[in-house]
Amino acid sequence: MLNLSRWKVVLVLLSVVFGVLFAAPNIIPAKTLESLPAVMPKQRLNLGLDLQGGSYLLLEVDTAALRKERLVNLVEDVRTVLRDEQVAFTELRQVGGEVDLRITDPAQMSAALRALRNSVGAPLAGAPGGRDINVASGDDQHVRLSFVQEALNAEASRAVEQSIEIIRRRIDALGTREPTIIRQGVNRVVVQAPGESDPERLKSVIGQTAKLTFQMVDESVSLQEAVAGRIPPGSELLPSEEQGGAPLLVKRRALVTGEMLTDAKQTYDSQSGRAVVAFRFNSQGARRFGDATAANIGKRFAIVLDGKVISAPVIQSAITGGSGQISGNFTPESANELAVLLRAGALPAPLKVEEQRTVGAELGADAVRAGQISTGVGFVSILVFMVLSYGFLFGGISVVALVINGLLIVGTMSLTQATLTLPGIAGLILTLAVAVDANVLIYERMRDEVRAGRSLISAMDAGFSRAMTTIVDANVTSILAALIMFQFGSGPVRGFAWTLTIGVLTSVFSAVLVTQVLLAWWYRAARPKTLPIV
Amino acid sequence: MWPLIKILPVTTNFRFVAFARLAGALSILAVVGSLALTLLPFEPPCGGLNCGIDFRGGTVLEISTAPKAVDLGKTRAALGAMELGDVQVQAFGAPSSAMVRFQTPAGESPAETVDHVKAKLTETLGQVRFARADVVGPKVSGELLRNGVLALGLAIGLMLLYIWFRFELQFGLGAVMALFHDVILTFGMIALAKLEFSLTTIAAILTIIGYSMNDTVVVFDRLRENLRKYKKMPLREVIDLSINETLSRTVITGLTAILALGGLALFGGPTLFGFSIIMMFGIALGTYSSIYVAAPVILLWGVKRGEEAEVILPADVRP
Repeated sequence: MLNLSRWKVVLVLLSVVFGVLFAAPNIIPAKTLESLPAVMPKQRLNLGLDLQGGSYLLLEVDTAALRKERLVNLVEDVRTVLRDEQVAFTELRQVGGEVDLRITDPAQMSAALRALRNSVGAPLAGAPGGRDINVASGDDQHVRLSFVQEALNAEASRAVEQSIEIIRRRIDALGTREPTIIRQGVNRVVVQAPGESDPERLKSVIGQTAKLTFQMVDESVSLQEAVAGRIPPGSELLPSEEQGGAPLLVKRRALVTGEMLTDAKQTYDSQSGRAVVAFRFNSQGARRFGDATAANIGKRFAIVLDGKVISAPVIQSAITGGSGQISGNFTPESANELAVLLRAGALPAPLKVEEQRTVGAELGADAVRAGQISTGVGFVSILVFMVLSYGFLFGGISVVALVINGLLIVGTMSLTQATLTLPGIAGLILTLAVAVDANVLIYERMRDEVRAGRSLISAMDAGFSRAMTTIVDANVTSILAALIMFQFGSGPVRGFAWTLTIGVLTSVFSAVLVTQVLLAWWYRAARPKTLPIV
Repeated sequence: MWPLIKILPVTTNFRFVAFARLAGALSILAVVGSLALTLLPFEPPCGGLNCGIDFRGGTVLEISTAPKAVDLGKTRAALGAMELGDVQVQAFGAPSSAMVRFQTPAGESPAETVDHVKAKLTETLGQVRFARADVVGPKVSGELLRNGVLALGLAIGLMLLYIWFRFELQFGLGAVMALFHDVILTFGMIALAKLEFSLTTIAAILTIIGYSMNDTVVVFDRLRENLRKYKKMPLREVIDLSINETLSRTVITGLTAILALGGLALFGGPTLFGFSIIMMFGIALGTYSSIYVAAPVILLWGVKRGEEAEVILPADVRP
């Protein structure tokens, strides 16, 4: 007890300085904080969404839809390739994730296979000469096309990454403060937007795929015939948002897609004064659009967004400048939203909202207040209880250790920017209570040793060394429990686990080391003959 | 008499083990009862527990019509007409607040359903603020439940390993029996009191596991020490002695924890109320089970004593 090593004292003093320094920003007003020199820590506790209000969204990238879309495209590609090669075929259709067809003339079989192998699909990354689609010939002049599994997986993974990037761009355009967008698992994305308590705005901006295509309207059959089911191959019936709302028959092949846009913004039409979205194509898009419009003057084309026709104007003249405008049924707000979506790009696959949690800012503030009050009440009751139980000296020492512990927890949480949640506050209070346990173990052990007939000084030493193993054993169990919570929990539970872990570590430190240093000082100063708590 | 610690008798001499048989019977009865309460009826996913949306999927809205009071009857009627699955409307804290829970009808998008419900509530109640809106899809809720159960199982398993490693297998088994006892009884209480079973409940139970172990370890530590110190003393007496010696610590620590959590239950608002009640209950249980479950299990199994054990003694605890 007397030969207190210097490093212990230094460590305790350093920890107090650390605690005060890093906990202080939480009570200093923001203005004063800004005027402090740059070396001073300025980070405050990082409050979770449940405490500051905000939205949490767990989105799943619908990779199945991605695959379905690829299958549809594959059918169209096969049709185009074989037509270009002038190979006659029948029974082109999807069969359980694959595409199947029958070549009419057996003599054309090898030509068909060669054409398909060379032109359909894309080169496979990491396998020179390989393609991402298998073309196999079957019995009775059948040909079967299937996707290579690795290519599908890689594509799904890429789609998730792209989605994250696009979501980020879209949310940034909303001006939300410090959003967190992270990937979770294979095909999930977590979006956390503190302060954004209107998840509808968030969802409407990230939930839309925003896949824009320009397709020719198919006028080879009348609308009545098409509705009755006589849809020509290569065309499809799409719902329309134009006045009247009658569906429209359009060709499946897209003339130009949203990827070829370089810019989009909301503006007003110079003649009608209505809100429109003005856009500009890149060079490839401009050329394609120019060619298509030149070849189809007098016909209609459809502007299709996420499977819905938003406008279907008649081509008056070739549009070669590479820019144009979409005049749908827009308000200035919805036109602006569409412009934002088009600028950020289309999501490679639809997103499904799997989990959504929103807390209003007021409720968050209430929770913070409740947390402050209950932490205060808990703290004071522990304090009073310890002083009542062990007197001003020993009780007081454990209270000092507890205060230092509190500073260390708040300081560490502020420094590491660990998220403090409402259950985390509960964890904090429990940690304070359990921190006292280490003091109690030490004090009780000292009493035992004095009773067993040891001298005061050796009883105090033994109290520490013997209580130590128990304290470590007892706290390892708490840490284990916290680690499991961290592994399996989500959101608020993780915050709780983290608070608990930091709390257990700092309380062992403060209860053991701080108490030891304080007791040693008391012993040197007072030279007591008896233990005041026996 | 102050400090109060002086009031506590210096050496207590309660014969805890003498009541072990009775306590054991009571514990078994309570465990069976709790299991029945928790599991019956055998309906997935939650049996007798009042499952929150975390584990069942669905939506929770916390609404406020301040300064007016929420008309619960009108709200129920309006939502009842919407053909949502299992609508619950209940008061939540102040009279101007209410909690609305419902299931998303099969085949419909949860997000869209929430929009409809919000519109309906605004139409029925006039000015409504949505303080909280949580939507959990069926896929996620299944995963959360699986992870929660996995976490509990893993926690108990890890504790067994740790105690086995630090003590002996018998001690580990005693500790794990105590854990099962605490966790099952806590579940029974949650089912009986109709408290919501959610992610935070799992966190509370994991904390209880940590605390219960903490308590058991303190008793075991003393037990191990006394077994080495008093080689000739019968096991049941050593157990009694160890429990008595650690009793003042057990009482003080338990009281501190319950005091602190009491503050939380009183002032923490409705969200933390259930959480703190569960933890207080668990801490009381953890204290009880260290004395009446963990230690008697060791008595039942017996421990290795004598020369064999002495070989592994660290130097500092040799008498």
